Amino acid sequence: MATCDKELDARGLNCPLPILRTKKALNDLTGGQTLRVVATDPGAIKDFQAFAKQTGNELVESGEANGEFTFVLRKKA
Amino acid sequence: MATKKLAIIATKGTLDWGYPPFILASTAAALGYDVQIFFTFYGLQLLRKSLNHLKVTSIGNPGMPMPMPMPVLLQALPGMQSFMTTMMKSTMKKKGVASLEDLRSLCAEADVKMIGCQMTVDLFGFSPSDFIPGIEMGGAATFFEFAGESDICLFM
Repeated sequence: MATCDKELDARGLNCPLPILRTKKALNDLTGGQTLRVVATDPGAIKDFQAFAKQTGNELVESGEANGEFTFVLRKKA
Repeated sequence: MATKKLAIIATKGTLDWGYPPFILASTAAALGYDVQIFFTFYGLQLLRKSLNHLKVTSIGNPGMPMPMPMPVLLQALPGMQSFMTTMMKSTMKKKGVASLEDLRSLCAEADVKMIGCQMTVDLFGFSPSDFIPGIEMGGAATFFEFAGESDICLFM
């Protein structure tokens, strides 16, 4: 697993907090940098796809293990 | 691509109905929307400095899940509304649902424009100091100035 420029722990948070925290975390990055988000909200899978599609930040990686969802986003240049 | 616009009219002043406007507004802002919420009638309660007075009620609300079946007359007993509100808040906390105050601050941080209905403020005898700072007051025409150009317009 490649290292990311920033990590965000959104475990235990429910809609819409994982997305709102993600947006905030991305604000601290520059274009091309990556953010890893770990969440437990099952709605996050679809929400992160939708977030990426609408904001132009690329969803590089999306995975699930032991009830946790991991997303890697690359900030739009 | 032009920035999309979301206009919301918030008319309800209960704990449960406070969520939809703030959830959708904050999320839309995170997605890059330009967002305005117009708070009118009971919706003005959502702009008060403290939101501790907001309640949830099962009266006239048969869709509300109850921990146990309870006749409507019992639900109307004094103290029941406060009890249900406490229960709802504790469940929300347990499930990681944000508090209304938090969602409202997130909206403010994301530059969601919040407008209070001047007519309702006068009607209910509110004073400007009752509300959080940073909001504007306006009338129906003020709302349409933004709503008329919006991509999505929601009444809640």
